Amino acid sequence: MIALVKRPEPSRVFSLAAPVLAVLATMVFGGLLFAILGKDPLLAIKTIFWEPVFGEFAFFYRPQLLIKGAPLVLIAIGLSLGFKAGIWNIGAEGQYIMGALFGAGVGLAFYPAESALIFPLMVLAGALGGWLWAMIPAILKVRFGTNEILVSLMLVYVAEQFLASMSLGLMRSPEGMGFPGSRNLQQYASAHNADLITGSGMHWGVVAAFIAVIFAYVLMARHRLGFAIRVTGDAPRAAAFSGVNPARLVLFCLGTSGLLAGLAGMFEVSGPAGQVTIDFNVGYGFTAIIVAFLGRLHPVGILLAGGLMALTYIGGDIAQSKLGLPAAAIQVFQGMLLFFLLAFDLFTNYRLRFGRAEVV
Amino acid sequence: MDLSAINPILFVAGFFVAATPLIFAAIGELVVERTGVLNLGVEGMMIIGAICGFAVAVETGSPLLGFGAAAIGGAVLSLLFAFLTQVMLANQVASGLALTLFGLGFSALLGQSYVGVKPPRMADMNFGPLAEIPVIGPVFLSHDIIVYLGLALVACVWAVLKFTRAGLVLRAVGENHDAAHALGFKVKRIRTLAIMFGGACAGVGGAYISLIRVPQWTEGMTAGVGWIALALVVFASWKPFRLLLGAYLFGGLVQLQLNLQGAGVAIPVEYLAMSPYVITIVVLVFLSRSKSAAPGSLGRIFHASS
Repeated sequence: MIALVKRPEPSRVFSLAAPVLAVLATMVFGGLLFAILGKDPLLAIKTIFWEPVFGEFAFFYRPQLLIKGAPLVLIAIGLSLGFKAGIWNIGAEGQYIMGALFGAGVGLAFYPAESALIFPLMVLAGALGGWLWAMIPAILKVRFGTNEILVSLMLVYVAEQFLASMSLGLMRSPEGMGFPGSRNLQQYASAHNADLITGSGMHWGVVAAFIAVIFAYVLMARHRLGFAIRVTGDAPRAAAFSGVNPARLVLFCLGTSGLLAGLAGMFEVSGPAGQVTIDFNVGYGFTAIIVAFLGRLHPVGILLAGGLMALTYIGGDIAQSKLGLPAAAIQVFQGMLLFFLLAFDLFTNYRLRFGRAEVV
Repeated sequence: MDLSAINPILFVAGFFVAATPLIFAAIGELVVERTGVLNLGVEGMMIIGAICGFAVAVETGSPLLGFGAAAIGGAVLSLLFAFLTQVMLANQVASGLALTLFGLGFSALLGQSYVGVKPPRMADMNFGPLAEIPVIGPVFLSHDIIVYLGLALVACVWAVLKFTRAGLVLRAVGENHDAAHALGFKVKRIRTLAIMFGGACAGVGGAYISLIRVPQWTEGMTAGVGWIALALVVFASWKPFRLLLGAYLFGGLVQLQLNLQGAGVAIPVEYLAMSPYVITIVVLVFLSRSKSAAPGSLGRIFHASS
């Protein structure tokens, strides 16, 4: 007879081991999946995890790691604050889109004027766009008690339609010969979020991601607000007694995650993506949820998890072109990772006891 | 704009087609939530149902077999959720999200060779001379069997929850799992069964979209219907017949939106297409005050020793 016994304190060892075990288990089961699809599993795993960093063309893929990782880390850091407090913003994808639209909108409005002020203004607008979009579920929750999970998610679909409308209408490039999509911001020096060192992949979004990690670390470890977030997540009643204002916490957590997601969208549209198009968003907002959990909702963990997730994106692309692995297989792979993580997390809070169960 | 292009009878009959996927997904989730489990994976189970149903219907040529396969597919996927939340005691919100993310990816993988294929057509029910009655015939009696099955299912769930011992036990587990456990009810087993029922229902709802409402297979084709179904359960305050009302209201709005698009109203298509989601939010705002109707143990993890 095997019984589960709750640990008096969560195990630190297992808290750190669970993500590693989850990645290993995902490799095994992902390999099985690839084998079923008729691909050599070892080669596929190697292509995904090894090729981008150490392979023959690594010099080309390494900058991609920063480009793909930055939005994931930026969004996941914001989400982790709320998730820790039991405030579930799962609409980061929508906030990401709105940030991109606001940021690009400001940039396009100034076209073709050149000024050093334009890019900072776009950054502010991007942050504002994401923040405003997240304030909708936040205010509705505070004011009416509406479920923030459903509202933030519904707003993703609204934002996607808004994006379609913008790239077909208001923001469509007048020189685009009728094709949907805005002007390319990469060709507009004042609005271009260029690599800080050419070819390194190190754009302002990457800088912002690192700053966000440090900011979140200090907030959670040293600041009173970080304490309020942790207490609210662990014991909401205790938090109320210790003077935490739940409404303010909701506004802060949703607002910050929206702001960071908006920034991520803005840096993406003005840098790697370059223009507002109908399919501009590629699901970073949803993958960031996996990143946040895989990183144990801890800033440093998220940084590592973001890197790993970026790796699967790039490795997945390589596996797609080299081995003909379907794009969806990588999505399944990422989903599996979250499954295993949630499963292994059991041993953080519980331990197994072998032998006869006692009658209580 | 040409509103006369909208045929009122076809328009109202369309309510049923638009509402059926919602009814299935939402009634399943309602039962799950009444046992105290919040499964946010409805969207994932629907899309798996959509592709399982589509694939089997195309391969066998029988839409009914397709719906059966969809139910099985949805239930199997929901077992993953049951394993995570009931055995591994994982957070229900996170597990549900995982299910949706995984389901969307897995369905895309399964559906690769089915893009652009036409599914076999489902025959409408034959009501004989009754279907000839003007207005009532074409509006109520011109649909396929799944539409009526959905209505019957809602009635069944209502009756079981209200009048049977099984329904009472189910509600007890949802209201207070510790008390139910103390009375000797198998909380985890009951919840696992409910989760599987929810998965099967969501699967059928998804298959209705891919086999009848659209009908074809495209990636991510459920487009948030699973999430709207979750909102619908809140809207219905966890009561089956209010759920039915909500689903038709919503189906009607979707239908109206599509008809307005067709009639060429001077509102851009994108704004009409976002209206169902905006309306869902508005409805949620108006109904969020009656929180007391939610099952007492909703979303809480049950472990016998604690």
